[in-house]
Amino acid sequence: MSSSALINGLFIFMLAGFIGFEVIRRVSPLLHTPLMSLTNALDAIAVVGAIVLVGEHKSTLSTILGTIAVVAATSNIVGGFIITDRMLKMFKSSRPAAKS
Amino acid sequence: MNEFAGGQLIIEIIYLVASALFILSLKWMSSPTTARHGVWAGELGMLLAIAGTLLHRGMDYQWIAVALVLGTIIGVPLGRVQMTAVPQRTALSHAFGALCVTLVGTAEFYMRTPDISRFMMAVLSMEVILGSLTFTGSLMAAGKLQEILPQRPLTYKGQNLVNFLLLGFAIVIAVYLVLHPEAKPLYPFMVLIALAFGVLLVVPIGGADMPTVISLLNAYAGLSAAAMGFVLNNKLLIVAGALDGSSGLILSVIMSKAMNRSFTNVLFGAFGQVQAAAAGAQEAKSVKSATAEEAAAILSAANKVVIVPGYGMAVAQAQHKVRELYDALTKRGVDVRFAIHPVAGRMPGHMNVLLAEADIPYDRLMDMDDINGDFPQTDVALVIGANDVTNPAARTDTSSPIFGMPILDVDKAHTVMVIKRGMSPGFAGIDNPLYYLDNTLMLFGDAKAFAGSIVRELTGGAHS
Repeated sequence: MSSSALINGLFIFMLAGFIGFEVIRRVSPLLHTPLMSLTNALDAIAVVGAIVLVGEHKSTLSTILGTIAVVAATSNIVGGFIITDRMLKMFKSSRPAAKS
Repeated sequence: MNEFAGGQLIIEIIYLVASALFILSLKWMSSPTTARHGVWAGELGMLLAIAGTLLHRGMDYQWIAVALVLGTIIGVPLGRVQMTAVPQRTALSHAFGALCVTLVGTAEFYMRTPDISRFMMAVLSMEVILGSLTFTGSLMAAGKLQEILPQRPLTYKGQNLVNFLLLGFAIVIAVYLVLHPEAKPLYPFMVLIALAFGVLLVVPIGGADMPTVISLLNAYAGLSAAAMGFVLNNKLLIVAGALDGSSGLILSVIMSKAMNRSFTNVLFGAFGQVQAAAAGAQEAKSVKSATAEEAAAILSAANKVVIVPGYGMAVAQAQHKVRELYDALTKRGVDVRFAIHPVAGRMPGHMNVLLAEADIPYDRLMDMDDINGDFPQTDVALVIGANDVTNPAARTDTSSPIFGMPILDVDKAHTVMVIKRGMSPGFAGIDNPLYYLDNTLMLFGDAKAFAGSIVRELTGGAHS
């Protein structure tokens, strides 16, 4: 990484950190659990790094480690989105009292 | 900036779009009405990013396909767990995320050394140390939450010293590797020490402190992913890592404030030290108890009822009975709301998810700050499986270990009813003066069974 790329990266990190802070501060405490499972799924974007590692097939070690990494990240993506959506589906506003 | 090769440019543009979708995804999470759009935006961004990555030139797809299929097979059941198991599932997914980051970092280390810049080696070390300790720490947390491991904190003398020495040792190795990247044999030791540190960091932490720990591990997982973005020069990864990291950090701060711990206290992992000061001399104080019939009579005569759920409700799986109670009272014209303490349960927002699962409308679920002022006008506060978050000693008793912790002011309600198995103190081992107040009635029994009996009384008591 050249030093200009490094500075670019730091700028991106700083800006994304501030955006994250401002956006997430507004999330209602009601949704803190789904928020955590959603950010967890988004964080599994690390899968792209692992995919390149496996695809380039530079050494046996990198392919093995990369494959396990892709499995771990993919399970987070799939599981994270499924459970977040399941949770959010349950949050309903007041409705006319249902018969019990 | 150097020119991208043709294919690379398309990939970068796709990553740019995916970054925007990720930010929108979190923005839409701000309200329950738009939150599901947030999931869709996230999914679309993820799909684009993965599809874009597959465009890389000269890729060998065989193992990628195997891994994607295997990951999906593992991921689907992890997305279909019971709602009560969400805290341990979350801890487990932090572990998986950290595992991915650590493995990629390790592969990069062996491919790039010794021709690696000092800055890159420093970032890579940070990625791998954070990733390793998050991996084992999260596994420990998941084990405790699943009750495979003891929930009680395991402490020993000099614990903090051992932990600091271990972390210090890992950092010393990292610094040495930055200066001498050719010293490859040292790398595994750095990883092993960080793995051990993760275990020791979470071992002394009790169940009641889990919301803070899970948030903190969330932040670590995000930061390690951002570090990985620097190592791979991948801007999308830096953005996602920064978003996840700030989310975890914000939640950690909220949780630590709700437990009256300073932020440094949280950062250095000094959790679960409240237990030492257990209640000493127990005078025989008298409590008043009531039956389900009496409780039902008081509740149906009330105008305003606030229900305060805690982890005990989750353990007893009482949320559906609580919904029946809510329905029965609402039908009689009683105004029923729920007061949720930020650290009730085992992770941020835990109670909200359980009550939403039981079909209780979310506009009835109130934040601590929004409802505390209403307790003096509340006829009945019904505490179900919550303890320390209702302890008035936190307001008045400077010698109490939880002094200063913000609590739900249930004692200000006209009548307080507490469903509880017995008089044993709560998780933190602190006596709760709430139970001895003149306006408090103890309802002894299992939360689910007792709520069920009250419902039967309210709906006519046909089977009693």
